[in-house]
Amino acid sequence: MARINSPAELEELRKSILSTRDANKPCITLCSGSTCHASSSKKVAVCIEEEIIKQGLSGKVDFRKTGCHGFCEMGPIMVIYPEKIFYTKIKPEDVPEIISQTIMEKKIIERLLYTDPGTKEKIVHEPEIPFYKNQMRLVLGPNGSIDPKSIDDYLAIGGYSALVKVLTQMTPEQVVEEVKKSKLRGRGGAGFPAGIKWEGARKAPGDIKYVLVNADEGDPGAYMDGGLLEGNPHSVLEGLIIGAYATGSHEGYFYIRHEYPMAVENVHIAIKQAEEYGLLGKNILGSGFDLIVKVHEGAGAYVCGESFALMTSIEGKPGEPRPSYILPIFKGLWNRPSVLNNVETWSNVPLIINKGADWYAQIGTETSKGTKIFSLVGNITNTGLVEVPMGTTLRDIIYKIGGGIPGGKKFKAVQTGGPAGGCLPEHMLDLEVGYDELKKSGSMMGSGGMVVMDEDTCMVDVVKYYLEFLTGESCGKCVPCREGIRQMLKIITNITQGKGKEGDIELLEELAALAGNVALCGLGKGAPSPFLSTLKYFRNEYEAHIKEKRCTALSCTSQKV
Amino acid sequence: MERVDQIIDKHECEASSLVQVLLAIQTENHWLPMEALERVAERLQVPLTRIQQVATFYKAFSLVPKGRHTINVCTGTACYARGASRVLDMMQDLTGLKSGETDLDLKFSLEKVSCPGCCALGPYVEIDGKTQELTTPAEMAEALKKFE
Repeated sequence: MARINSPAELEELRKSILSTRDANKPCITLCSGSTCHASSSKKVAVCIEEEIIKQGLSGKVDFRKTGCHGFCEMGPIMVIYPEKIFYTKIKPEDVPEIISQTIMEKKIIERLLYTDPGTKEKIVHEPEIPFYKNQMRLVLGPNGSIDPKSIDDYLAIGGYSALVKVLTQMTPEQVVEEVKKSKLRGRGGAGFPAGIKWEGARKAPGDIKYVLVNADEGDPGAYMDGGLLEGNPHSVLEGLIIGAYATGSHEGYFYIRHEYPMAVENVHIAIKQAEEYGLLGKNILGSGFDLIVKVHEGAGAYVCGESFALMTSIEGKPGEPRPSYILPIFKGLWNRPSVLNNVETWSNVPLIINKGADWYAQIGTETSKGTKIFSLVGNITNTGLVEVPMGTTLRDIIYKIGGGIPGGKKFKAVQTGGPAGGCLPEHMLDLEVGYDELKKSGSMMGSGGMVVMDEDTCMVDVVKYYLEFLTGESCGKCVPCREGIRQMLKIITNITQGKGKEGDIELLEELAALAGNVALCGLGKGAPSPFLSTLKYFRNEYEAHIKEKRCTALSCTSQKV
Repeated sequence: MERVDQIIDKHECEASSLVQVLLAIQTENHWLPMEALERVAERLQVPLTRIQQVATFYKAFSLVPKGRHTINVCTGTACYARGASRVLDMMQDLTGLKSGETDLDLKFSLEKVSCPGCCALGPYVEIDGKTQELTTPAEMAEALKKFE
């Protein structure tokens, strides 16, 4: 690969890549994201490669192993372009038929099509499937059509054009202004306006500054950041380079949890390719701007998703948070100004630059702009990654896109925001998702986990589950978190075992208020949220456990029925 | 020990790479023997106490030998909602291990993990990184017998 020395050369390269591609040529894309990978998409891929050669189609059909298509419930997923024929649950033995029938003779194989569970109708094309039809896939969209290991694929869909625009037409101040105007808020949980964070770091005194990607997606049951990094790492990298230019940083880090080996691998490849093309390193595209980017793997600690803990971890120490009197934009990594944003936040940046802040700001609600990716999981028919404009109601996400609750069960609650979030009952389903709307309801946006629970789930047991998780993940530095959560867990465990006493709820409330107010970091401050939200909406379950020694969901095993 | 040196060299002997160095050793060796930690301390010029602190803080590290096969049972929220605790009970019964334990002949280690991101397949179990299909306890016991 030759190094590209100017924006003009990049455009030439883009043209030459596009000239070799024919939009009408059949192209098989196979989802190779983590879930599909775990359900044998690797074997399917080998079969496709062999079968293309065997049936004499080399050169006549393209084959691309893509990242997560989002509809994980139906994996491994195959989409055949240009028609966008959508096949589900592909097995290796289906491959010869797909090649001979669909590719060569343009015939649809009925049994591999998606069947709408409501109407029993078979749907042929991807955009017509309710799961996709009701989404707005601005960030996730390219995942399904590009090979994440190929920078050329990313360039072919207009990749790095936002970087070119920034380097040739905008000053760093203008970039910050544009991001501020777009009202993009952090997608990691806190929802802090990204532009204001960037401005602070730009103005912060110091010669050495850092830009960091938070990919320590510790929230159990959420995998949108993993899906993005696996499927489209260059979009995150492009956002990061733009952010570095805007804030005056020359060094960047990806902090990726080691449980996502595929994301780690694809990001390494993306960085290497960008370096070879001259999109990273010294004098990027001849602009005089330098940036080096490194990858740091997390070693398994939920608390490292917290900004200070993450930075301490990159420094090679145990990931413990620090008191946040001074923000990381002034004293972060190695006590230098640092901008830390979530994976999804970074990958929104190229969109904003390309299409403009005004375009971006018209999507979403008054205070929450753009789209949000949710990881829709649990007792739901269509498990997967879902991207919707802010302001979509929970009901639309769960029923229109998610297809409702499987097995004829009744909906009980939806948990958003992970271990620091809360559970919302059925009468809250018309709530529009947004940072402030969710916060007001007693839950939170968090990074986008959305766990649906059916009538068989005991809400007291859910709280016990989260407290158990957090007891194990508390770093132990501050007492309210370390001891407070442990005591809460003890009381809740007693309640689920039929040993609850009068006064337990009040004691829990007292502990919750203490930890929520004085814990050092977000882990401890957020820990009481699942308890407080379930107490608000499902108080009767606590009372049934304590007074009647009865679990209404028939889930706590040691209760009398 | 040579391999430990190679890993340290790859990370240019930087003290800030401590977590990365330990992670590389853990990935290859499945646990962190004391000799390796001493070597890391010497080469990176980091006190052994700091290394112990790091090695016990992060869940990825183990200071005791692990089994030849690792059974990971996902207990993330999505799998929890789909009954992961019953699956964990079954795997504990079948192996006679509690989560975090390894058997005496170093055959199996049983671990609880929180979300490798395969929520659509939940409740999710993997053995040596490969998805294990969930079956009845009797069939699962047969499947486990195939591991050496």
